[in-house]
Amino acid sequence: MQWLWDNLDLVVGLSLEHIQLSALPIVIGFIACIPLGWVAHRFRLTRAIQLTLFGILFTIPSLALFVTLPSVLGTKILNPINVVVALAIYAVAIMVRGAADAFDAVPGDVTRSATAVGFSAVSRFWTVEFPLAGPVLLANLRVVSVTTVSLLSVGALVGNGGLGYLFINGYQRDFPTEVMIGIVFTLVIAIVFDQILVGLGRILMPWSRTMASADRAARRAGGSA
Amino acid sequence: MNLLFAAFAFIFDPANLLGERGILPRLVDHLLYTGLGLAVAFVIGIPLGLLIGHTGKGRNFVIAVTSSFRAIPTFGLLLFIILFTGLGLWPLVVVLAILAVPPLLAGAYSGLESVNRDTVDAARAIGMTEWQILFSVEIPLALPLILGGVRSATLQVIATATIAGYVGLTGLGRFLIEGLALHNYTIALAGAILVAALALAADGLLALVQKLVVPRGVSRGLTRSRSIRPKKPTGFRVMAMAPTKEG
Repeated sequence: MQWLWDNLDLVVGLSLEHIQLSALPIVIGFIACIPLGWVAHRFRLTRAIQLTLFGILFTIPSLALFVTLPSVLGTKILNPINVVVALAIYAVAIMVRGAADAFDAVPGDVTRSATAVGFSAVSRFWTVEFPLAGPVLLANLRVVSVTTVSLLSVGALVGNGGLGYLFINGYQRDFPTEVMIGIVFTLVIAIVFDQILVGLGRILMPWSRTMASADRAARRAGGSA
Repeated sequence: MNLLFAAFAFIFDPANLLGERGILPRLVDHLLYTGLGLAVAFVIGIPLGLLIGHTGKGRNFVIAVTSSFRAIPTFGLLLFIILFTGLGLWPLVVVLAILAVPPLLAGAYSGLESVNRDTVDAARAIGMTEWQILFSVEIPLALPLILGGVRSATLQVIATATIAGYVGLTGLGRFLIEGLALHNYTIALAGAILVAALALAADGLLALVQKLVVPRGVSRGLTRSRSIRPKKPTGFRVMAMAPTKEG
């Protein structure tokens, strides 16, 4: 504990770096999944290609990707962009599959009704399909968020791991407390990110809560869920 | 791009294949760590998942385990454990096993959960014992998802075993760690390519196994038959089944 107070500046600085480096891929993953997921939902052929391609990229171990990206992007090995791009690739890989599933799960009756009452394709997407896919998108985004925050620490081996620095430094100095503090702060960031996403979901999708509780009530009343 | 050529030249140079620091012995070590970690995880995760899936009790336990383990930074956990146990093979195996349990557990559980209850009831009605139901009805029908869990666990363990190179062991990750430490990016890149190739090869192989082992009626029936209920993605299902990435 004493070590934490003595090195508070370091820990806070690394935490901020960790937040920055992990927030970026999460946001990129969310934005990219909307068009990519929609295309995968809409066209069977591109879906197979997209899921295979991102499946392959997702398979590549993170440290391998951190080290390979510089020679693909032409960046220096210690450039934080490498880590951000690698984590964004994983985030997009999870989100595209999740978004395709989410758009698939929107009932066809609803979208057809929307078309029938005169929605254009674009406004139907933004006002009907996207909000209805919201809860599943959010669940996938929570997975992405927790994964990214945890995975970033491996980036410390290429100089950009946020709190992962404490793992390496603590290990080299044979000082478990430092490693422990790194783990705890990483967990705290993961939990805070998760709570922010849950909170945003509540504000932006108030109906998903009432639907969930209606679902639970139905189950309690003996209906099969 | 020159770096990429140099890395491939390193990989295909026969001088780097054998010998103490060669590619082949390190590949064997990498497979050894992966196999041991998976074996330990298999013994724990699969029976537990089957138990929860068969009885239907403890589904919250599954989601708690899968989502909280996803949050733990494996790299930090491994270094933390090693500071207490000292360098060695077993700390690594334990951490790899911890890593592989959640996907195996989630795969076995959600595989059984996806089997239609009517099918299970029918099996019970014609007089099958619980063990018979488990082994000749539930497991065959659940095989695609169980193997999906095995596939995901294998990939994570292969990826994370890369870190073994950092804690006094070898494996293909050793090239990466050595290359980074010596600022020899050719060797680091060669290591990265080898690890990625191993992961992709293992994934392809398991995808093939998944195709061959799953009974034809199941793989074809996934969309048509009623033995397996098509599942809508819900928050719960996504959180339990989404792929994990730890290394």
